[in-house]
Amino acid sequence: MISKKEVEHIAKLARLGLSQTEIKKLGKDLSSILDYFNLLKKVDVSKVEPTSHSVLVKNVMREDEAKKENLDDVNELVAAAPERRERYIKVKAVL
Amino acid sequence: MNLTELTITQAHQGLLKRKFSALELTKSFLDRIKERNKKIFAFLTVCEDFALSQAKKIDDLLLQKRELPILAGIPCLIKDNILVKDIRCTAGSKILSNYTAPYDATVVKLLKSQGAVILGKANLDEFAIGSSGEHSAFGKTLNPHDFTRVPGGSSSGSAAAVADNLCVFALGSDTGGSIRLPASFCGIVGFKPTYGAVSRFGLIAMASSLDQIGALSKNVEDAKIVFEAISGKDELDSTSVESKISNFKFQISNLRIGIPKEYFIKGVDPAVKKIILEAIKKFEQMGAKIKEISLPHTKYALATYYIIMPSELSANLARYDGIKYGKSEIQNLHPPKFSKKTLAGKKSKIKDLLDVYLKTRGKGFGDEVRRRIMLGTYALSRGFYEAYYLKAQKVRTLIREDFNQAFRKVDVILTPTCPTLPFKIGEKIKDPLSMYLSDIFMIAVNLAGLPAISIPIGKCKNLPVGLQIIGKGLQDYKIFEVAQTFEKIAHE
Repeated sequence: MISKKEVEHIAKLARLGLSQTEIKKLGKDLSSILDYFNLLKKVDVSKVEPTSHSVLVKNVMREDEAKKENLDDVNELVAAAPERRERYIKVKAVL
Repeated sequence: MNLTELTITQAHQGLLKRKFSALELTKSFLDRIKERNKKIFAFLTVCEDFALSQAKKIDDLLLQKRELPILAGIPCLIKDNILVKDIRCTAGSKILSNYTAPYDATVVKLLKSQGAVILGKANLDEFAIGSSGEHSAFGKTLNPHDFTRVPGGSSSGSAAAVADNLCVFALGSDTGGSIRLPASFCGIVGFKPTYGAVSRFGLIAMASSLDQIGALSKNVEDAKIVFEAISGKDELDSTSVESKISNFKFQISNLRIGIPKEYFIKGVDPAVKKIILEAIKKFEQMGAKIKEISLPHTKYALATYYIIMPSELSANLARYDGIKYGKSEIQNLHPPKFSKKTLAGKKSKIKDLLDVYLKTRGKGFGDEVRRRIMLGTYALSRGFYEAYYLKAQKVRTLIREDFNQAFRKVDVILTPTCPTLPFKIGEKIKDPLSMYLSDIFMIAVNLAGLPAISIPIGKCKNLPVGLQIIGKGLQDYKIFEVAQTFEKIAHE
């Protein structure tokens, strides 16, 4: 069983504001799913390389050049921000 | 002639022969949507004006007697996690309920370049996370075959709309069965291409090493037509690849079909099993060679998938932070300017950036999304990464290897798409693990990056049963050949 403290720690890492009821419920849900993952303990993977990508592709490179974008498109992207001043996106103080 | 029942080829021929105009075709769908969508809720957004103006353009081209691409004037529906410029794109989530797409996804650009008519955006499980269509923040989609049952997810609206003749075809996305499951439950065709065969640019990412866009359609031919239109290498998606054009001369007597013994286990509804085995028998009678094969790591696929997918998803969904776009609590977090507290020099409750994140995300995401973000964050967190994520990636290699071995002996692999018939609304929503089991026959395909199609193969008490055909990587066209033959045999 995963502890309440652990759930709270994970919620903070995930940047999810959760209520106490939710933390309790998620603790239960996560525990039962994590129990199911124990199944994988049976698999011997000592000589196996991990797969991060199913189709083998090599690194795809391009010149490191800024492409010229249409100014209207750029403005539209900035306009999607909930808080802004002129063409800057506003954020709260970090500290 | 009922225009809403036509396939792509039939509608295309009708337009060329002037049996009806593109405007008439589009209007008949818009009328039907008005009548039916209130009930089954397959569309989140209907873009009536946009669709009508597209259709008019095609009629103008027809008047000029221009040659038309096959998708010109064909009304279609786009899953609401794929961007269509200037149209709202919600991903079925509250957090994006106010978001308008600033650009077209590559697949949308390709459909538009042929002149396809976009009718609207399809309902889905929030962020394409879910197997039933019940997890949309805006309300669930119903199965057109039985309103008390789920349509399957996460491309729930796409599948229900095709089955209910609300569009000719639809685009969906498939991370662990999200095209094939709803196609099976709604009695239509759903194709998940080889990973990378279709550009993911403009698809709202869920689990990037598994996500793939594909078509839901009335028959296999239509799925192939749409795949031809949307596939190909795209410089905006560096994981995209070119699929092999088939030189495969298809003769059923040369076809070797693999039946994995691990997929015909207890747990499979006997009614589903019976229909699938009857179909396989028919293919055998037509001359196909049936071989029992083994995919020994099948029993680990679900656990592997439910580690890799939430891990990637938790990273992808980190971008919904209330700062760049979408719903945000930032406006609600300002301290009142001249409140007593502020004047007294006390800190307002909302202090910093972290609060913006916590409140925005805590409010904006639904239960299942939260559950998986938590699961993924846990699997990636310090001390657990090797035991979960890295381990799962290694088992993923073994699962891929199973398929590589099998495809040395057979051309295609057949399985039921889902072990059960479409289930009742509410039946599995409280028990996540039983819901996850619906995807059990499809997820290994995503882990291995293979192409697979679900085709309707029979019915049990009016509920459709889907057959899954799995092919070798990049042999998407071969699957279409095989599926078209099976489709014909099954309906004889």
